[in-house]
Amino acid sequence: MRAFQILIDGFAISALYALGATGFTLIFGVSGVLNLSHGAIMVAAAVAAWAAASILNVGTYAGALIGVGVALLTAFATYFAVVKPIQDSRRIPNEEKEIFVLTGTLLWGIMIQEVIAYFFTNNAKTVLPIVDGVVEILGVRTPKNEIFTAIVCCFVIALLWLLVNRTRTGKAVLAASMNPRGVTLLGLELTNIYVVVWAIYGILAGIAGVLLGMFLGVSSYSVGPLTASAFSIVVLGGLGSVSGSLIAAFVVGYLETLTAYLISPAYRTIPALLLLVFVMYIRPQGLLGRR
Amino acid sequence: MKKRLSVALRISLGAAAAGALMTASGAALAADPIKIGVIAEAQAIAGASIPQAAQLAADEINANGGVDGRKIEIIGYDNHSSSADSVRAFQRAVNEDKVQVVIASYISEVVLALEPWASRLKTPFVTPGAASNEISKSVHADYEKNKYTFHGYLTSAALALSVCDGAKDLLVDKMHMKTAVIMSEDAAWTKPLDVGYEECLPKIGLKVLDHIRFSPDTTDFTPIFNKIEGSKPDVIITGISHVGVQPTVQWKNQQVPIPMFGISSQATNETFGKDTNQAAEGVLYQGVSGPGVAVTPKSVPFAEAFKKKFGNYPSYAGYTSYDEVYYIADAVKRAGSTDADKLVDALEKTDWEGTIGRVQFYGKDDPFTHSIKYGKGLITGLMLQWQDGKQSAVWPKDVAKVGVKFPSFIKLSN
Repeated sequence: MRAFQILIDGFAISALYALGATGFTLIFGVSGVLNLSHGAIMVAAAVAAWAAASILNVGTYAGALIGVGVALLTAFATYFAVVKPIQDSRRIPNEEKEIFVLTGTLLWGIMIQEVIAYFFTNNAKTVLPIVDGVVEILGVRTPKNEIFTAIVCCFVIALLWLLVNRTRTGKAVLAASMNPRGVTLLGLELTNIYVVVWAIYGILAGIAGVLLGMFLGVSSYSVGPLTASAFSIVVLGGLGSVSGSLIAAFVVGYLETLTAYLISPAYRTIPALLLLVFVMYIRPQGLLGRR
Repeated sequence: MKKRLSVALRISLGAAAAGALMTASGAALAADPIKIGVIAEAQAIAGASIPQAAQLAADEINANGGVDGRKIEIIGYDNHSSSADSVRAFQRAVNEDKVQVVIASYISEVVLALEPWASRLKTPFVTPGAASNEISKSVHADYEKNKYTFHGYLTSAALALSVCDGAKDLLVDKMHMKTAVIMSEDAAWTKPLDVGYEECLPKIGLKVLDHIRFSPDTTDFTPIFNKIEGSKPDVIITGISHVGVQPTVQWKNQQVPIPMFGISSQATNETFGKDTNQAAEGVLYQGVSGPGVAVTPKSVPFAEAFKKKFGNYPSYAGYTSYDEVYYIADAVKRAGSTDADKLVDALEKTDWEGTIGRVQFYGKDDPFTHSIKYGKGLITGLMLQWQDGKQSAVWPKDVAKVGVKFPSFIKLSN
């Protein structure tokens, strides 16, 4: 009974982590950007979905769409206002650009967080679930919303896989992650590929944010922990490796759930972080990392 | 000769200067406003009402001519729920903005950080919403040093008593409940609260089956509710303030069949309904006042005026903050001065009928020196329940308008 409970709860949370981390790792893989405003974009999506549904009364579906739209816009703003100017700058030496992008996106994330706290308070918001009610699965009373979350996550990840492996744009993205210089030699504009990647990222982060808002709820305080969890999942899985991130997301998700159920909810995140440190010792490139 | 002259000169100069100062301060007394610094969590559900309610009280007092012709000026500081920011705000309020009294915070950790600063800067300081017993215990332990701090809200010990008093009538006598699990966040204010719960729940006939303390950072409450359900209690007794929206929404989404009853600070603000998408339905929480509840003749007019001005009914700390501005003004009037020590003396003699009941402070010899008195005829607190998207009083009988009712997923065991 308890085992089933852990299996079901762990799956939903892991799928959500996977979705959140996929976009994060994709951007790193293609453009070498570690976007530390990741958590802020997810929270912006959830709060926008909440505000649209609760304050403007647009309904659940429209609210969710608005949430994803806001994440997409915020992702573009992150790229065009923060990341691109740093990448294009002639005054910042090339070898220091990664640090500048890291600092820039971190500060950008804090700015988004403060704006959200200013307008919508720092209390948690929850997005009205698209599906309501509970069902019994293997004797475990499971909210339908939890199942919905897991299904959407898996579906979106599958869609992403199709996009990357089966379409021309996707193949260009894949190529850019392997060899950016080669891609430009083939006559593809690298900036266009980056824009596509940021668009995919924005949609993924938006869906993850809205689903998280429905499943657990978010507040402006969640910005830091969400960035940190995506970061540790991606580092554990191997920076830039999408499949590594997927595996790592499930490892972290289940480890957290196991800890919460079997030891104490208060220590939830600790074993996963210890595992991260351990993996860093024995395999610095992460589970499926290339470097 | 020359030296003697200069001494005489100095004395006369000094006397003249002193005279000038005295007239200046005399003039100041008549015209200068009484400055109250309000340091609060403007971005949190429970804290947002603090500066708003204080301003409302000041506006009303000023519209009625102020205190002996002096207006009340509220100077607000947002502390971002941080102790460090609050200490800086306190220093700035006293040293730069020259406030004479400070009202600050609903978070015990913040208030405990400010208490030594009230002593150092000799500035009377009242908290509208923190609960930790330690606040007033420190005043008792070192009265001369800490007498500047006043606890304008119930101590955790009193809160536990209030919850138990309500639980006895509503849960034990009416619904014949026998068992409970305590669920509280790990924070300074819940330590004495839990001690109080552990002590008074068995006395009223509720056996405590389990006691769960969780980190205020918790976002996923599934394992916690799961554990609670495992021990099959009749009721969950809550002690939550930093969290509120997430456990409430997850309780509803997961259809946890056990009612929640106790302290839930965020639920005291009307905005909680929207923040939880009405998942609050059925939540029972302790309050000092509430919308439409005539605890005193002042309660309802205040709540309505607040709603008219700010668009929502206040949180519990709004009621206390509003009362505080009034009884500070009253103390200034009685003291005839804003001198810190005279003001402390006057505040100690406070006997003010506010929106939450009759406010008096425990004296020097009571263990909770400078905390507001709990008891019949003073402040007893009440129990409210979210019903049909509204907060309704369900206890005590004299203010209750409706009976307790639960959403359909709640399965009462008796």
